[in-house]
Amino acid sequence: MNLNLDFQIREKDFVTLYGPSGSGKTTTLRILSGLTQPDTGFIKVNNEIWLDTEKKINLSVQKRKLGYVFQDYALFPNMSIKENLTFALEKGQKKNIIDELLETMELVQLKHLKPEKLSGGQKQRVAIARALVRQPKLLLLDEPFSSLDIEMRLKLQDFILRAHRLYRLTTILVSHDISEVYKVSNKMFVIENGTITKQGDPPSIFSSSLTSRKFQFVGEIVKIENENIVYIVSVLIGNNIAKIIATDQEIQGLQVGSKVLVASKAFNPILRKIE
Amino acid sequence: MIDLEPFYLTLKLALTTTVILFAIGLPIAYWLAYSKFRLKAVVEVMVSLPLVLPPSVLGFYLLIAFSPENVLGKFFDQYLNTRLVFTFPGLVIASVIYSLPFMVQPLQSGFKTLPASLIEASYILGKSKFKTLCKILIPNMKASLLTGIVLSFAHTIGEFGVVLMIGGNIPNETKVVSVAIYDEVQSMNYHNANVYAGILFALTFIILLSVYLINHRFYKINSSN
Repeated sequence: MNLNLDFQIREKDFVTLYGPSGSGKTTTLRILSGLTQPDTGFIKVNNEIWLDTEKKINLSVQKRKLGYVFQDYALFPNMSIKENLTFALEKGQKKNIIDELLETMELVQLKHLKPEKLSGGQKQRVAIARALVRQPKLLLLDEPFSSLDIEMRLKLQDFILRAHRLYRLTTILVSHDISEVYKVSNKMFVIENGTITKQGDPPSIFSSSLTSRKFQFVGEIVKIENENIVYIVSVLIGNNIAKIIATDQEIQGLQVGSKVLVASKAFNPILRKIE
Repeated sequence: MIDLEPFYLTLKLALTTTVILFAIGLPIAYWLAYSKFRLKAVVEVMVSLPLVLPPSVLGFYLLIAFSPENVLGKFFDQYLNTRLVFTFPGLVIASVIYSLPFMVQPLQSGFKTLPASLIEASYILGKSKFKTLCKILIPNMKASLLTGIVLSFAHTIGEFGVVLMIGGNIPNETKVVSVAIYDEVQSMNYHNANVYAGILFALTFIILLSVYLINHRFYKINSSN
């Protein structure tokens, strides 16, 4: 498959690369970070050229100052949590960032443990903290929540958002989870078969087929109950459960775990002849 | 009374060989594990040849190469003032070549079993290849390091053919235990041969047993998460 991309990201944007697996999302992150070399390409970050294959410019991985959170966390097993963070320090960098990050990511109690003792969500927080030690302006996240349960995922999304705002980051997230995309990002690129097929803000992309509406949310079905002739569908939206009534027809194709859009159109004014 | 000098010589040879092997085996294994060089297979074959070649073949070629009549031997003779045939330095070089696969292969597989993301994470944090090797890779492949070091050490102790071809049987210079046993048997001193053999047997048994016990512990630690 050929990967052929052309896009720009504004400073402090929270961007999601969305698409089916194998579409080239992770490869995009790897090319940005310099882990994978494209045949031809041009990357410019803050007026600094990272890659220009025509002029044979190719900044090494080490010199591209960015944070990268791997899908498998990639924590160093031989080091404690704190040592994992300290290892990331640059020469001459002040050490107080370490304590600050341990605090922000709620890792202070765990700092002397080795990664193997941590749960998935805790490991993920360490990975994020470690990626931020060098205070990069660009943070790349490769499906960071894919192996976590719903509750943990929601909590971690909050952590990421907190870090994104606190450290004024430009963040690029790879995800194929609609509710996640909705919650965290303000811009998204849909990548299919190696090219960008859609871009814009998440609500306009996911619901372009619907017309006017008053409110809308994306959530995940957690329960479906049968009440006589209708069904009560419990949908998890953010941290809240909303109970929605659905008919026999509407329930077709829905099951626990399905991603749904909960939307309501405005009440239509009624026009009636009154003589 | 039995002469203990061969034991001293054997241990000295095994120790020197292992130290040198570690120094050259680590870069070779690193290169073999990560290089994308096309003819890498040829190098791999060269490293592994001592596993299948009869020691006498290797010993024969080394004997020829080490001879002061030939380039390598001449070089050592003239510039380093060292004779390689029938001397201890010659034994060390021959042992290093002969035990090379026992150091390189465990290290190479150690490198390969580490997740690539560990290396990539370190590079992204701005760390050089060398720092990544020292601080991330080596500390996370202790079991492989131990296996490589101990196998090279034990294999050098057990060497016979190459040692005999290169070193001959010179007391206090090249007469290691394995050669001493052969020598005693040749002169019908079965008692001495028995003692030498028994000690060597016990020694290698203990060395290997400790490696396996320690490695089991490493795996237990690794699998307990």
